[in-house]
Amino acid sequence: MGEETVRALRGVSLQIHRNEYIAIMGPSGSGKSTLMNMLGCLDTPTSGRYEFNGKNVAEMNDDELAAIRNREIGFVFQTFNLLPRSTSLRNVELPLIYAGIDPDTREEMAAHVLHEVGLGDRMNHKPNELSGGQRQRVAVARALVNKPSIILADEPTGNLDSKTGEEIMALFEDLYQRGNTIILVTHERDIATHARRTVHLRDGLIETDHAGFIPELDLVALDRP
Amino acid sequence: MKRFLYELSESWKIAATQMRSNLTRSTLTALGVIIGIVAVTLMGTAIGGIQVGFDKSMSIFGDDVLYVGQWPWRKVDDWWNYRDRKKMKTEYADALNRMIAMTPNSNLMIAIPTSSVIRNVKYADSEVGNVLVRGTVSDYIITSTFDFKEGRFFNDLESRGGANVCVVGYDVADALFPSASPIDKSVLINGQPFKIVGVIARQGSFLGLFSLDSIVVMPLPAFQKYFTAKSEADILVKVKDKTKLAEAKDELDGLMRRVRGLPPEKNDDFSINEQQALKSTLDPIKNSIAIAGLFITGLSLFVGAIGIMNITFVSVKERTKEIGTRKALGARRRTILLQFLIESTALCLLGGIIGLSFAFAMCYLIGVAFPSFPIQFSTGLVAISMVVSVLTGLISGFAPAWTASRLDPVTALRYE
Repeated sequence: MGEETVRALRGVSLQIHRNEYIAIMGPSGSGKSTLMNMLGCLDTPTSGRYEFNGKNVAEMNDDELAAIRNREIGFVFQTFNLLPRSTSLRNVELPLIYAGIDPDTREEMAAHVLHEVGLGDRMNHKPNELSGGQRQRVAVARALVNKPSIILADEPTGNLDSKTGEEIMALFEDLYQRGNTIILVTHERDIATHARRTVHLRDGLIETDHAGFIPELDLVALDRP
Repeated sequence: MKRFLYELSESWKIAATQMRSNLTRSTLTALGVIIGIVAVTLMGTAIGGIQVGFDKSMSIFGDDVLYVGQWPWRKVDDWWNYRDRKKMKTEYADALNRMIAMTPNSNLMIAIPTSSVIRNVKYADSEVGNVLVRGTVSDYIITSTFDFKEGRFFNDLESRGGANVCVVGYDVADALFPSASPIDKSVLINGQPFKIVGVIARQGSFLGLFSLDSIVVMPLPAFQKYFTAKSEADILVKVKDKTKLAEAKDELDGLMRRVRGLPPEKNDDFSINEQQALKSTLDPIKNSIAIAGLFITGLSLFVGAIGIMNITFVSVKERTKEIGTRKALGARRRTILLQFLIESTALCLLGGIIGLSFAFAMCYLIGVAFPSFPIQFSTGLVAISMVVSVLTGLISGFAPAWTASRLDPVTALRYE
């Protein structure tokens, strides 16, 4: 009511295919967060279409969006967003609860992914007993546990030192090699270099969309005041 | 359905974790509910006690006995219409009994004359005042509900002969004969000796107003010999079938009009009373006490509920980011709603259980300390308290839970 409609994204046309590793870059205010929210089905476009696996997300209701987020999208957040009072195992189980999977299978699946991300020995630790890198691994495990179509990582290394950040990126690389689709939202070019395709946003528009990382463009970006 | 169950059990676990990790806050909030539940439960037990006492008092009158007297058993605004009525006479009972015997298929069984005065009763140096002294016949026993502590009621022979014998109530016996048995002892009433043949077991008091144990019952001829002044007569009529009380009442009304020789155009100059009529007079009083009491104690529960609502709002605010995360991971609106409803309900239920145990303990202590205090702890009350606790939780948690469920995931995730 009375709010001005801010068009964070205008005329963005983007196609992402299965088993792509794409980085979305852009300065703050460029609309990359909005794009990420759209891609993650947290938000729906006021106009236009967003098709996910052939289904128009813009027409979905709240429950359908929740179901899509649950089954098709694995979120990895900058601030990890783990439940502080729950163990790694319980944190990873959370999406499975919302998927209606029985407790035994849940635990088995959660334990399995925790092993995969190298935290087999940290399953009963709470987040405050884990290092930043380990926490993000738990978050990655949580994103993976429902075998989603895409993994959507929003500044996944933003709260980590560069060494730990590289470890997480190595984990993403590994996941990509194993056939996962990864969308990385970041403003750090070092991080974006890991992706196979880079989309630059500026003022709600796609500035460039390249396969691979283009160093020249990066120089241009640095030259800007 | 299965998912709902998993979400439900998950919500309970979250609620338990929340309560444990915010122990002080949860305790203080639950305290409001505890106090509310204690107040409501104690009020409930008191009301239950009043009800039991009321029913017990009412049962003294018997539900199959009609009382013919000068005054009706209800509040009369036109007392002058009753004041000048002709006095009731004990002889009416004989007339009624003759007519009952002549009526085939009468709904009435027997009419009993009674006449009463208030006197002091003496034995040796002891004296009890304000004792109801009643003269009646030996058949009085069939309209009465009392048991004997010792001895017996006076028999037909003593009744007709007007022997100086009597039956005393528990309080009279207790006051005059604290250590010995009163049987075969003689008490003095109006200077006349009456030999005690029986002691009535304790009956308690009528609505706590006057004792039913401060009574002496004697044969009517003996009574009439010494206590005619200021005595008041009543005729007790026992009916054959208490389900046909209305018919019996109509029949008795006709008989009494014949006894009194009333022409059809005149109104009754007597009143036929029954337990039910008394009950319907006193019920509204009892009910308004109950409603007022529950309302006032209900207010304290309401304050407790506001506390719960407040704390749930705080909890929602604090965990906005968590709600965002849960939504991102696939929690639906109803999942979030359920989670917070269960948190507030769990808190209220815990408060309810603790409050109920407190109330139970207090009832027990009151019962031990003041045996005569009317208190009645029932399983129904436990069930009601639990239902009330859960409802309090659901109602007070609804607004915050609804707010949480409607949060936009994007906004919630960005919340710091």
